[in-house]
Amino acid sequence: MVTGLAIRDAVVRYGPTIAVDGVSLDVAPGEVVALLGPSGSGKSSLLRAVAGLEPLAGGSVSWDGVDLTSVPVHRRGFAMMFQDGQLFPHLSVAGNVGYALAGRERAERERRVGELLELVGLVGYGPRPVTALSGGQAQRVALARSLAASPRLLMLDEPLSALDTGLREHLLGVLDATLQATGTPALYVTHDQDEAFAIADRVAVLAAGRLLQVDDPATLWRQPVNAEVAGFLGYRLTLDAAQAASLGWPGTPGGLVAVGPDGLVADPSGTEVPVLGIRPRRGGTEFSITVPGGGVGRVRTRELLTHADRRTHLAVRLDPTGCVVLPTGFALDTARNVPVAPESDDARANPVAR
Amino acid sequence: MTDPGLLTLPLDRIGNRPQFGPGGVGGRPVVWVLAAVLPVAFLAVFFAWPVSALVVRGFVDDGVFTLNGIRDVLAAPRTWRIVGQTLGQAVAGTAVAVLLGVPGAHLLYRRRFPGRRLLRAVVSVPFVLPTVVVGVAFQSLLATHGPLGFLGLQESFTAIVAALVFFNYSVVVRTVGALWSRLDPRAEDAARTLGAGRVRVLATVTLPALAPAIASAAALVFLFCASAFGVVLVLGGASYGTIETEIWYQTTQLLDLQAAAALSILQLVVVSATLIVAGATRARQERALRLSGNPSDAPLSRADAASAVLTAVVVLGLLVTPMASLVWRSFQTASGLGLSNYFALSGTGGQLTVSVWQSLANSLATAAVATATAVVLGLLVSYVLSRRPVTAQGRRSLRALDAVFMLPLGVSAVTVGFGFLITLNRPPFDLRSSWALIPIAQAMVALPLVVRTLLPTLRAIDPRLHEAAATLGAGPGRIVCTIDVPFALRGLGLALGFAFATSLGEFGATSFLARPDRPTLPVVIFRLIGRPGAENFGMAMAASVVLAVLTATVMGLAEWIGPKEVNPW
Repeated sequence: MVTGLAIRDAVVRYGPTIAVDGVSLDVAPGEVVALLGPSGSGKSSLLRAVAGLEPLAGGSVSWDGVDLTSVPVHRRGFAMMFQDGQLFPHLSVAGNVGYALAGRERAERERRVGELLELVGLVGYGPRPVTALSGGQAQRVALARSLAASPRLLMLDEPLSALDTGLREHLLGVLDATLQATGTPALYVTHDQDEAFAIADRVAVLAAGRLLQVDDPATLWRQPVNAEVAGFLGYRLTLDAAQAASLGWPGTPGGLVAVGPDGLVADPSGTEVPVLGIRPRRGGTEFSITVPGGGVGRVRTRELLTHADRRTHLAVRLDPTGCVVLPTGFALDTARNVPVAPESDDARANPVAR
Repeated sequence: MTDPGLLTLPLDRIGNRPQFGPGGVGGRPVVWVLAAVLPVAFLAVFFAWPVSALVVRGFVDDGVFTLNGIRDVLAAPRTWRIVGQTLGQAVAGTAVAVLLGVPGAHLLYRRRFPGRRLLRAVVSVPFVLPTVVVGVAFQSLLATHGPLGFLGLQESFTAIVAALVFFNYSVVVRTVGALWSRLDPRAEDAARTLGAGRVRVLATVTLPALAPAIASAAALVFLFCASAFGVVLVLGGASYGTIETEIWYQTTQLLDLQAAAALSILQLVVVSATLIVAGATRARQERALRLSGNPSDAPLSRADAASAVLTAVVVLGLLVTPMASLVWRSFQTASGLGLSNYFALSGTGGQLTVSVWQSLANSLATAAVATATAVVLGLLVSYVLSRRPVTAQGRRSLRALDAVFMLPLGVSAVTVGFGFLITLNRPPFDLRSSWALIPIAQAMVALPLVVRTLLPTLRAIDPRLHEAAATLGAGPGRIVCTIDVPFALRGLGLALGFAFATSLGEFGATSFLARPDRPTLPVVIFRLIGRPGAENFGMAMAASVVLAVLTATVMGLAEWIGPKEVNPW
């Protein structure tokens, strides 16, 4: 039976703290699933539990229907790539990449190491000491090392977050291409929404140890299940029906309207709103505005303004294609324009406000 | 101890996060227990048993339990004079070593200048020199007919404190320096930009950050000073003694075992208190400060003049002068300068049981066996101590084990040596007439140093390296072979060096155990210096130079092989 990874009701505890609280998730063969969540959401703990590095306090982890709970880390066939590489400092690049190939014949090992170094674009780096590598090179070696023994599952724990922006973008491409080329199923932990969307077939959003939603990136973006997910994905403002209507929403929305980064547009025929501040951006300007009824929204225009420029008002309207209507069941805390789920307390609703 | 890798260990990995769960990595607790069995058994038989047997003697008279022996000792004014002298010289030695050592650490670890490596090497030599040699060197300098005889410091408190500082200066410099070199300089930069002057930065930012290292170094220096033996015996003469020399005096000269045992108990109290303080400061130090990844230093500048001058005075005046004087005196003969003192080493000087060269051969052989023993045991102990148990109970056990293996550092080597004589003389361990006693005793003395050298490199291993290896399919055995062993090997050169140099110069226990027909070189030197006559004195000088050169060479090689950043304190 080839079904890949199955996590069922996984619970991870650190003493009294519950880091992962009953998460169930599958990774199908060849699939890349991103675990997306803010820091402290339990995503790394879940990954470590899958690897066998943390004991499960409840639930199970299985592969192709075989329970792995009592299988030690090194027999699971799941390779892990760490945030800071964790290359073995006393081994060369080739020694690191070939680490998982112990027991293979020398020639076979060398061939495989060469192949992997080529895959990650480091041809000829084999004899170098890993201490002489740059951050990006080190992560590429770590990737090659993880893939060497053709693991059943690749686990990546924030593999790019220690790198600077430009390099991150480049390495994301390397990772994506490599995962595609090898067809290795992967569980990819990140707190970066763009990274998750760029690399994953499906994205699992975690908060406070609970799984909030699992979907492919497009569905996740178009249909966040609640305000918390919407808020974490970048829908930073939530409006009730009256507010939405005052900003030109066609008809009556069936629920709260979550406004995405492009959900508010400047339009001379729109509603005049007070400007709180302007911020010059590359190729445009970002306005902070107060929406009718309270709440702060952001609007991007192509205008090139400087800090010295002053604006008091801007005419804006909602662009429905940049917004989503949240499923009903949420009330709006009108004092703060923060949606409050019926069962949730302030702490749970708060992320949306950020 | 101030190993930077260790200091930069992420805290969340050490603290409440379980590292090795049921399916975790790094071996099972049962393996750790097995690895601990051999060293613990060794410690029990060759340390705990002899020492406690000696202590028990203090309470037993003719087979009856009594407190008379203890009471007599505690009632004697001589005891309190000795205790006062011991604490006095230890406090003075520690204070001076810290006051001189901290500026030295700044210069040698925070400033860049040509010859720094050589200077660091010069500074670290005295620590491993045999105590007897140092005693002889200072004696050669301060004796009434010596170059500094006019100071009238022979057999004085000042002479002993100077010799103690000579030994322990490098402990302070290296301990504080290792931390200082890794201290993130941006904290100081930040203070400067906030308007603090150099002195204020030093007082409010730098010294508080260094406090754990300074405290830890001070505790160790205090320990070494309080249990100093050879140097006090040689320099103190009849008028001056410490608990350690008094134990020796009571056992070998007065044969008053009860008194000796009572003194041993007193010493144990002092040592335990110091070890507790040292352990606490070390634990604090291992909880990281803000350290930069790489050592940072700046070129020497005008502002460093004070510390540069002070360090130059210390190095030349305190470290180099006694050694130079020793070398100079070793070439002085009745007929002017010459090598005849060295030629005399092939003979017995008319009074020794073996030639000096023969005693050197004895020393080398016993030191080799002692080194092998200490390093094997040290590897096992370090492996166990570097584990990170999941349970609080496990962590407590490890801390206790850690403290236990430090005990030989501070317990009188004389006590150990004498304990051997009274316990290992009947089955199951009838070793009294066996030469193996000496290497065993020396290994006991060297073991704490070996552990302190190996442990930082092992603790510096990020637990995630183990995890990475495990996810790559390596089982516990392969993880040890491919990760732990290569790391331990980096510290092994230094550990071997420390073990060999310490064993080579060990005097306290060896002086008890060496049979008359098989003395080691330090024992022969002590015999020579105790005899009248310029010839004997000259031979003692020459033999001391040989021993000093040998130990310095061993340590030099070890430092050269070993990782630069490791420092056993």
